[in-house]
Amino acid sequence: MPADSTSTAASKAAAALADVEPRPGVPKPDPILIADGVARRFGGLTAVEVDHLEVQRGVITALIGPNGAGKTTFFNLLTGFDKPNEGTWSFEGSDLGGVPAHKVARKGMVRTFQLTKALSKLSVMDNMRLGATGQKGENFFRALIPGIWTGQQKEIDERALDLLGRFKLDAKKDDFAGSLSGGQRKLLEMARALMVEPTMVMLDEPMAGVNPALTQSLLGHVKDLREQGMTVLFVEHDMDMVRDISDWVVVMAQGKIVAEGPPDSVMADQAVIDAYLGAHHDAPLSVEEEQAQLAEAEAELEALQEEREK
Amino acid sequence: MDFGVIFDNTLNSLFNAEALYLALAAVGLNIHFGYTGLLNFGQVGFLAIAAYGLGVGVTYLGLPFFASIALGLALAVLLALLLGIPTLRLRADYLAIVTIASSEVIRLVARSAAMRDITGGSSGLTGFAGGFYDLNPLSDGTYGFGPWIYNENRFWLLLVGWSLVVLGSIMIFMLMRSPWGRILKAIREDEDAVRSLGKNVVGYKMQSLVLGGLFGALAGFVFAIANSSIQPDNYGTQLTFFAYTALILGGTARVLGPVAGSIIFIGLFVFLENTLVQAINADIIPESIMNSNQVGIVRGILVGLGLMLLMIFRPQGIFGDKKELALDAR
Repeated sequence: MPADSTSTAASKAAAALADVEPRPGVPKPDPILIADGVARRFGGLTAVEVDHLEVQRGVITALIGPNGAGKTTFFNLLTGFDKPNEGTWSFEGSDLGGVPAHKVARKGMVRTFQLTKALSKLSVMDNMRLGATGQKGENFFRALIPGIWTGQQKEIDERALDLLGRFKLDAKKDDFAGSLSGGQRKLLEMARALMVEPTMVMLDEPMAGVNPALTQSLLGHVKDLREQGMTVLFVEHDMDMVRDISDWVVVMAQGKIVAEGPPDSVMADQAVIDAYLGAHHDAPLSVEEEQAQLAEAEAELEALQEEREK
Repeated sequence: MDFGVIFDNTLNSLFNAEALYLALAAVGLNIHFGYTGLLNFGQVGFLAIAAYGLGVGVTYLGLPFFASIALGLALAVLLALLLGIPTLRLRADYLAIVTIASSEVIRLVARSAAMRDITGGSSGLTGFAGGFYDLNPLSDGTYGFGPWIYNENRFWLLLVGWSLVVLGSIMIFMLMRSPWGRILKAIREDEDAVRSLGKNVVGYKMQSLVLGGLFGALAGFVFAIANSSIQPDNYGTQLTFFAYTALILGGTARVLGPVAGSIIFIGLFVFLENTLVQAINADIIPESIMNSNQVGIVRGILVGLGLMLLMIFRPQGIFGDKKELALDAR
């Protein structure tokens, strides 16, 4: 795994974001994805209402927030799997409003899913082959003449085997994808997404349901994406992972972006703590705690009075 | 009890017209349901619209035979587009509802009194099959061997029909090992995943619907020509479910599954019917238990029972792969 925290891509990413002010909706020096006023309502419920968000090219951006914050809905909107009620967003300068999901993927923005979507009754290799774009044999009439597409298929197979090797799935290439473990399916899904040759990878909870032994290898693969010049935006709940690999963190709560910044500072942000723990999270939970707090306050007051009396 | 008659009739039915059009219809359903996961509960609608295209083309419009065949195929494509455009963007259940309803709509419109001049109303159409039999290169007489002896016209129909089954199966074999077929199978597993990889899922589902519908159209032609008539009430929903039964019996998503399934399904039907009739005639089954008028019902009950046993002991069908089926349970 070539990627570690001191790699060139990581330091470049850190340098690019060094002068960016940590506040919601801040402009970035080289944004690949820009969202403006994107809102999605389900009846009376506003699931997503993002005023402005820019995602820096070539860095790993984490999208965090408590359950129900609208992270996955926002993901669906950006990738064309859902349509917003209002708003515009663009990827590499081209407007993505109303563009269907498959065309978004062809433009180079490829996503994975929170619940892994391995295609169970297809072999691991066929899962990989499916990811390759511009296949001649995907046209009905050309499909009938194998001579047209077999050559291209060989190149695709080579690329697929190479990727499977990197993800340590090459021994499983002829197995049904449905026979893989949960963690292996996550790996397969990520490898399959890379077959599309994306410029930006959107990972929806890549660590959900993965055993700790595989977590490290998955982390390495995500860092590897940045190393290869890809932009990564991922949703995650595991704070250790977020701190470990992300260059920039965007925090969502109740559909809005409440904070942005480098991982260490953003986690100390009052808005973030409020979003996760509630605005009154330091309110006493038990009678003893309340009395202790009261006693503390009284002692402080007494000390003040004593000072004045002197 | 004449076992010779039972076996002769059963063997004869294996490759006769009933098995033939059921096989073509099931091959189409295999593309829809087996490979793409489309729940088409109105396959008989494709049979009906193509048969009426042929019949109305010859008798009402006065078109030549091949032009009428082309009309039938075009109507089947049109039906697929009409069904697909509003429903393929939605969840799978919507297609199921729309297809089952549309197949009934086609039948009821065709048999309505208002359409009597065009479709013949409830009495249907006749006198359109001549164009097909005029093409028959065989001279009068009987052809075949053993239990498979047919007159020149039936033999010509079976020859053309089974050739279509073989060619169609080869085509499906070629398609399903190509990248095109891989996308269909992937759509069956999870269409959002396919979408996320940059494939136009709705477009592929539409192609699948049209292709399967065209096989349904071929089945409709065979059905109409074999009977030399089109009776609207022969195109009820029962035929769709017979085709589903044959498909599941043979094994879904297998090239030969629907073909073998249809042959076995029809063979079983004819065998049971002949056996029951013979047993009643020979007084092996006494009149107090059942009479010859009840053969049809008892036959249906026994076939249903057999299918239940099949689902319990061999849910993957004859050609299916049990390992593949077990993946669903995970």
